[in-house]
Amino acid sequence: MTAPLGLRAAIVSLTVFGVFIAVWQLGTQGSGIAADMTPEYAKLVGATASQGVSAMPGPGEVGAKLLEHFADPFYDRGSNDKGLGIQLAFSLGRVLLGYALAVLVAIPVGFLIGMSPLMSRALDPFIQILKPISPLAWMPLALYTIKDSSLSAIFVIFICSLWPMLINTAFGVAAVRREWLNVARTLEVSPLRKAFTVILPAAAPTILTGMRISVGIAWLVIVAAEMLVGGTGIGYFVWNEWNNLSITNVIVAILVIGLVGMVLDQMLARLTRLVTYSE
Amino acid sequence: MGQERFISIEGIARRFPAGGGGALTVFENLWLQIKQGEFVCMVGHSGCGKTTVLNILAGLDKPDGGAVIVDGKVISGPSLDRAVIFQSHALLPWRTVTGNIAFAVTSRWPSWSRERVRAQAQRCVDLVSLTGAEGKKPAELSGGMKQRVGIARALSIEPKILLMDEPFSALDALTRGSLQDEVRRICRATGQTVFMITHDVDEAIYLADRIVLMTNGPEARIAEIVENPLPPERDRETVHREPLYYPVRNHLIEFLISRSRALKDDARFLARDPRRPQIVRPNGAETRPQPSGRAVRMQSSLT
Repeated sequence: MTAPLGLRAAIVSLTVFGVFIAVWQLGTQGSGIAADMTPEYAKLVGATASQGVSAMPGPGEVGAKLLEHFADPFYDRGSNDKGLGIQLAFSLGRVLLGYALAVLVAIPVGFLIGMSPLMSRALDPFIQILKPISPLAWMPLALYTIKDSSLSAIFVIFICSLWPMLINTAFGVAAVRREWLNVARTLEVSPLRKAFTVILPAAAPTILTGMRISVGIAWLVIVAAEMLVGGTGIGYFVWNEWNNLSITNVIVAILVIGLVGMVLDQMLARLTRLVTYSE
Repeated sequence: MGQERFISIEGIARRFPAGGGGALTVFENLWLQIKQGEFVCMVGHSGCGKTTVLNILAGLDKPDGGAVIVDGKVISGPSLDRAVIFQSHALLPWRTVTGNIAFAVTSRWPSWSRERVRAQAQRCVDLVSLTGAEGKKPAELSGGMKQRVGIARALSIEPKILLMDEPFSALDALTRGSLQDEVRRICRATGQTVFMITHDVDEAIYLADRIVLMTNGPEARIAEIVENPLPPERDRETVHREPLYYPVRNHLIEFLISRSRALKDDARFLARDPRRPQIVRPNGAETRPQPSGRAVRMQSSLT
């Protein structure tokens, strides 16, 4: 008799995790005292050179740091020393603002493109050219025109979330089954009511898939954007800790970025499931 | 009973652009009248333009020539007066059974209260014997049940005309039979005017008052109109024992097998006035079409 799939998967997951931690621990173990040196000299060259302590923090150190951050996430000791929670809140705020703006633009414009073959053809070249541009390439232009680093970051999030949502909405709307539209036509349903009661529910799974891709990209881009604009946010935190040579904090931040990204993705996945229908 | 020309198809044509700048004429100068309360089936091979005729009647397609007059008015597009039952049932999969029907009811009577809409939807659910399945989504229903919902949705708006595009062709024989019974019962009780397209000769004989036969496409024509000689009281159990059942059936089958194709090269047929198709009433003795609508004895073979 075999255990349920979920249990077996959990066992494998834990094994992989255990192996990873073990390798990490082994890789970051010190090599012992490197050479005899006077205490003054040892202090001067640092623990890595004098005692063979690894420069890379081990899992224990990172774990302790993580707990420390979780214990006090919202402290604020000046502009270069804020709690991880505050930094995350800044990043999330920017992402949600830029993302919400993108939703407001992408869904109506996507509807327009999806419903009108003329607009679809007319706007296609613009979309094809704008879509592959790295969102960060917009940053100097945004800084120059908006003249505000935080707003520029929001703009970058806006521009990178826009395309997947726009393209998916247009595709979803254009792919609504002809027979459902015919049902609406034979029932003399007004265009607005048709948009909300037939096209929107029919295209909703595709639209939400686009929104899920977008939120993922937005979360990828915010880290890079904040490294550039600085000041606040998890991206800035990572860069700041790199400048402090606090690799432990950098690793903690990487972990937290992953966790938040996963939560965002799962939220959209749940929403997608709510509007998905089976035929 | 109501008007003689409740539906009047007057010389409609439909052409589709074909390769090389030409046009493919599906049919041309097609004339057909349907009385109020009448059940008319159109039978013909694939490609004869039956569905195009139905789509034009529904207002989903526009003729390239001619016009369709319904209840004294030229139709210009889809209307709530003409309900369509689609071959693929075309239910909205995110709505429940009641939700699908209520969607049609609120389209018909936007000012109705929620309770009134619900009551009308429920009445239609009961009418097609779906009581108990109100809260189910289409994906949870069998093919026959889905088509019942399609029928209920069409009837819920109390249309003047019911248009059916091979509504039962995707169903198994048993389900098809019970749905035919259901449709026949409802339409006879309400005096519904119905135009239906079908491939199925037995279905046409069981349901229709008149059967319109189309020659093969392209450039299809109405070959003749068969008046169903079976009594209006038909019972599925015994209908095939009616003395005239097999004469009608043989007539239709023979038409589909050979005459639907042969007539296209028949100069005498092609010279006929398309406004007055031949009317045939198979009466047990072999009959031949007569222009006057009277059927007479026929010689041994068709020439």
